[in-house]
Amino acid sequence: MRYEAPRAIEEAVALLADAEGDAHVLAGGTDLLVLLRAGLVTPALVVDIKHIEEMCEIAQADGGFRIGAAVTGAEFGEHAELKRAWPGVVEAMELVGSTQIQGRATAGGNLCNASPAADCVPAMIAAGATCTIAGPAGRREMAVEDIATGPGETVLGKGEIVVDFLLPPRPPRSADAYLRLIPRTEMDIAVVGAGVNLTLDDDGLCKDARVALCAIAPRVLRVAEVADALIGSAIDDAALELAAAAARAACQPIDDKRGTVEYRTKIAGVLVRRAALIAKQRAGNGS
Amino acid sequence: MDIEAPSYKWVGTRPVRPDGIDKVTGRAMFGADFSLPDMLTGKILRSPHPHARLVSIDVSKAAALRGVKAVATAADIPEIPVDNAFVGDAPTNFRHWSSNVLAREKVLYDGHAVAAVAATSPAIADAALALIEVDYEVLPHVIDVKDAMRDDAPVLHDDLFTAGVEPKPDKPSNVAKRVEFTLGNTEAGFAEADVVVERAFRTKAVHQGYIEPHAVIANTAEDGQSQVWCPSQGHFMIRAACAKLLGIEISQFRVFPAEIGGGFGGKINPYLEPVALLLSRKSGRPVKMVMTRAEVFRATGPTSGAALTVKIGALKDGRIAAAEATLTFEAGAFPGSPVGAGCMTGFAPYDITNVKIVGYDVVSNRPKCCAYRAPGAPIAAYGIESVLDEIAQRLDLDPIDFRLKNAAKEGTKAAYGPQFGKIGCIETLTAAKDHPHYGAPLGPNQGRGVAAGFWFNFAGQASAAVNVNEDGTAIVTYGNPDIGGTRASMAQIAAEVLGIDYDKIRPIVADTSSIGFNDITAGSKTTFTAGLAVHEAAKDVVGQLRERAAKMWDISVDAVVWENGVARPASSNAGDFDPLALADIAAMAGKTGGPISGHASLAATGAGPTFAAHICDVEVDQDTGRITVVRYTAVQDAGRAIHPSYVEGQMQGGVVQGIGWALNEEYIYGSDGRLQNPGFLDYRIPVASDLPMIDTVIVEVPNPNHPYGVRGVGEVPIVPPMAAVTNAVASATGVRMTELPMSPPRLLAALENGS
Repeated sequence: MRYEAPRAIEEAVALLADAEGDAHVLAGGTDLLVLLRAGLVTPALVVDIKHIEEMCEIAQADGGFRIGAAVTGAEFGEHAELKRAWPGVVEAMELVGSTQIQGRATAGGNLCNASPAADCVPAMIAAGATCTIAGPAGRREMAVEDIATGPGETVLGKGEIVVDFLLPPRPPRSADAYLRLIPRTEMDIAVVGAGVNLTLDDDGLCKDARVALCAIAPRVLRVAEVADALIGSAIDDAALELAAAAARAACQPIDDKRGTVEYRTKIAGVLVRRAALIAKQRAGNGS
Repeated sequence: MDIEAPSYKWVGTRPVRPDGIDKVTGRAMFGADFSLPDMLTGKILRSPHPHARLVSIDVSKAAALRGVKAVATAADIPEIPVDNAFVGDAPTNFRHWSSNVLAREKVLYDGHAVAAVAATSPAIADAALALIEVDYEVLPHVIDVKDAMRDDAPVLHDDLFTAGVEPKPDKPSNVAKRVEFTLGNTEAGFAEADVVVERAFRTKAVHQGYIEPHAVIANTAEDGQSQVWCPSQGHFMIRAACAKLLGIEISQFRVFPAEIGGGFGGKINPYLEPVALLLSRKSGRPVKMVMTRAEVFRATGPTSGAALTVKIGALKDGRIAAAEATLTFEAGAFPGSPVGAGCMTGFAPYDITNVKIVGYDVVSNRPKCCAYRAPGAPIAAYGIESVLDEIAQRLDLDPIDFRLKNAAKEGTKAAYGPQFGKIGCIETLTAAKDHPHYGAPLGPNQGRGVAAGFWFNFAGQASAAVNVNEDGTAIVTYGNPDIGGTRASMAQIAAEVLGIDYDKIRPIVADTSSIGFNDITAGSKTTFTAGLAVHEAAKDVVGQLRERAAKMWDISVDAVVWENGVARPASSNAGDFDPLALADIAAMAGKTGGPISGHASLAATGAGPTFAAHICDVEVDQDTGRITVVRYTAVQDAGRAIHPSYVEGQMQGGVVQGIGWALNEEYIYGSDGRLQNPGFLDYRIPVASDLPMIDTVIVEVPNPNHPYGVRGVGEVPIVPPMAAVTNAVASATGVRMTELPMSPPRLLAALENGS
C-alpha cells in the first residue's frame, strides 16, 4: 500500500487519476481505517488530503461560508459565526461519532462515504449547500444532494475529489435544525435523521423551506413535499401533521438490525415535526 | 440483638488503590501489553457456519507458507473421553471445553474455532488462515431456545439425553437437563389466593461486554517448561484447564496474571490460552494471541437468552400464597446454562410457603454461554419482580411494603433448600423505602419502579502470605486476580490486623508457582475468601511478632500482647519494657529466629447471602419509544464494606450492565444463523451520557461467619435492574413489557398496541 500526503489539490487529483488499482482518499479516516482493519478494502494507494490547506479551512465568502472538505466536526463546533448562521449543519456534524471521533471525522468524508445514514448530509442538503469537485478536467460545482447515488456509491469519477462545501448567504429570519434518532445518546448510527431549514417572513409565516431525511432510503433524500407542506404556513399543528405525513410517504427504508420499515417510517414523521419546530423557534429568535 | 459497630482503623476507609495510578496513567500491563523476543502471532480460523460437519481440514498449504511456524487443529489435542470429562467434583465439563477451544467433528456456531496458526507476522498469519481448506457439510441449524426444544429441531449432540427426567429419554435432544425445586403445595396455595397473575417473558442473550479482549502470550522452552501471561478471573483455573485440555502436568508450566480489563464471569473459562500454549509447544517460540472485538462477541461469553413463565398468587392482605416459575435457558452450543442458579435465586428474597420452580437447560447453535455476574439470577428476577409489581398494583399496595410483608428473614426456609441465617433483606428494603428518592415527585412521562434481588455469594479456597520486610513494611501476597479493587481490601485487612499503616503494605497478586492454590475471582468471593486468608496470615505474623518480642524481653509469649502495632507486656507483672513496634522487631528478625512470614491456606465456608433493592425512574418518549433512565438508587447489604468506594463501584457497575440488558443489548442473528452485531456499534451497551449518576446506599448487616462481617458484593447489583426498569416503564406508560430489550421499536409497538 502506497501512502501519499500531497500539499495541493491538483497534486491529489493527479495521484488519484494516475493510480493503478484501488485508490482511496483519506480524510479523518474514521470510515476508511475501520474498513482497512476489517479487511474489507485493500487499497493500492491512499491519498491523505489533510495537508492541503484549502481543504482544511472555514472561510466566509460572498455572504456565505466555504468549508473545506477535510474540516473536522470539532472545528465546525468551535466556529462561532458558522454556528450562529447554520446551527443545524453544525449540530448534525457534531453528532457524528463521539468526542474523540469529532477530532478526526470530516464533512467531506461523511458525504463521500455515501452512507444512507450520514448525519451531516441531510443538514447540508436542507441548507442548499453545493460542493466543489476537482478532477482531471478541472473544477465543477454540484448540489450536495446529487453526490451520493446509493449506499457507498457517488457520482465522483476517477481522480475526482470533493474540495469544499458552499453554504449560501442567509436571508433574515432563517434557521435550520437537525435531529436524529439513535437508541443511545452517542456513538451510534442514525435510525432516522431529519434536517429542516426555514426562512420566515415578517409575519412569522414560512416563506421558504428545505427538508432532507437520512436512513429512510438508499441515499439521503431531499423531500420537496415536506417543504411544500410547511411553506406558506405558520408551522402550526396542521402544517406539521401534513409535513410529517409527507415525510412518512417519502420513506423507502429497509428492515435491518438498526430499525424496521414500520419504525423508521413513523420516526421520520416525528423528527420532521420536531426539527421544524426547533428551526422555527431559532428563526424567530434570530430576527 | 444489636451489636455495636466496632471501631476499625482501616476497615471501612477509602484509601487509594495500590494499582490505581498505573491504571489511570496507562502503565498497567494488560494481556495485550506483553511481548517477548522472537514472538509469533497466533490467529484462529473460525467457522462461518452455525452448524456443520467437519468433513476434512487440510492445513498443508498453510503449513508450507514461509513464516508459518505452527498450525494446529483438534487433532493436536487429546480427545477427552466422557468418563474423564470432569476434574474432582468441579462442574466444568472439559470434554465440551476441548471441543469448544478447537472444534472436533462438528462446528456448532458461527465463530467456532476450527484451526490455529502461528506465524512471524500478523499478515502472514492471516494469509495462512486463508490457505486452510475446510470441507464443511452444512447442517440445518437452530438458534432460538423454543425452536431448539421442538421435536423436529436439528439435534446438536447425538449423545445428549435430557438429565433429570424419569424414565431416561430414548432419543437424544437439545434439552440437556431439567431441574425442579419445590416447597409446600402450590396448587393448594393458588386455590386460596385472591389474586393470581401469570405472565410469559423473553430475554435475549447478552455479552459481558468487558473492554479488554481476550489476550495471551505463551512461551515454551527446550526443556518443555512453559510460561503463560494472560488476563483471567483465575490463573490457577487457566493452569488447570490448559493441563487438562493438553494432557500435560501442572508442574510443567506457570501462569502469570496480567491486569484484567473486566471479566464479569466471561474470563473464567479458557479460549485462547490452551491454543497459544499448544502453538508455542509446537513451534518452540513465544506465541501471542489477541482476539478482535468481533471474535469476542462471536466466540466468548455470552449469558443465556431465556423464555420464562411466572405465576404468583397473593391474598388481599399482601401475603404471597403460592409462586411458580418455569425457566428455559439457552446454553449455547454445549450444556451448562445458569438455569439452576436462576431457579434457586428468583424467589429467595421472599418467605413463601408454596413454591415450585422448573428449569430447562437447552443447547442451540450459539456460542457456549458463560457465567455473567450473578449467573441466571437477573433473568429470573426480571420475570418474578415484574409479576410481583403487577400484583402490588392490583392489590393497591405499595410495592416495597408488599415485598417487606413477604421478606425473607433469619430462619426463613428458601425454596432451594437452606434455612437463612442472619440476613439483611428487610433492612435493605427498609433503607430503600426510607430513601428520599422513593418519595420524590415525578415529571411528565416519568415512572418509578422498584425491584429486589438475591445472590448466594460463594466461598472456596484461598492462600495468602504476609512477609514482614526488614524495615517494618510488609508484602501481602495472594492469588486472586484483582478485578474490583481487592488489592486495596487485602492491604486494609492486613493493616487492621498488624496495626501498621495501609501505605506500609504492598499487596501483590502472585503467579501460580509463587503462592498456594486459589479458586477463581468469581462468585463475589475474593474479598471474603482471600480476605480470610490474608486475615489468618496476618494473625500468624502477629503470633510470630509476640514470640520475637517475648524472646527479646526474655519473658513468656503469653505475657506479650499485640496492640495498635506494638508489642507490650500483658501487665505490669510481666515486666517493665518499652513497647516494641513492628519495625523494631523486624530489624532484629535475623537474631531472633529469621524472617517473619505468615501463611494461610484455607477452604472457607459461610459466605453470607446478600440482598439488593433498587429504585429506578425513567422518562419515556411516547412518540419514539425511547426510554431514558433519569434517576437510579441501588441499596445493598454489604455485610461490612471493607472499602466502601469499591463496594459502591460494584453496585454502580452492576446497575449499568443491568440497564443495558433491559434497554438495548441483544445478540441479533440472521436467518443464516450468523451473528449480525459483533461490535460495540450495534451491540449497544450504555455509554456514559446515557446514564444518570447511580446513587448507592450500603446497608451493613454483618455476616457472622467473617471476622469483619464481610458479604460478597459484586454480583447482586445486576439482579434487580431489568425488573426495576421494566416496572418503571409500566408506571410511566401503563404498558408492561414482557420482552427484553425494550429497544425503541419494541416499546413504540407495545405503546401503540396498548399491551
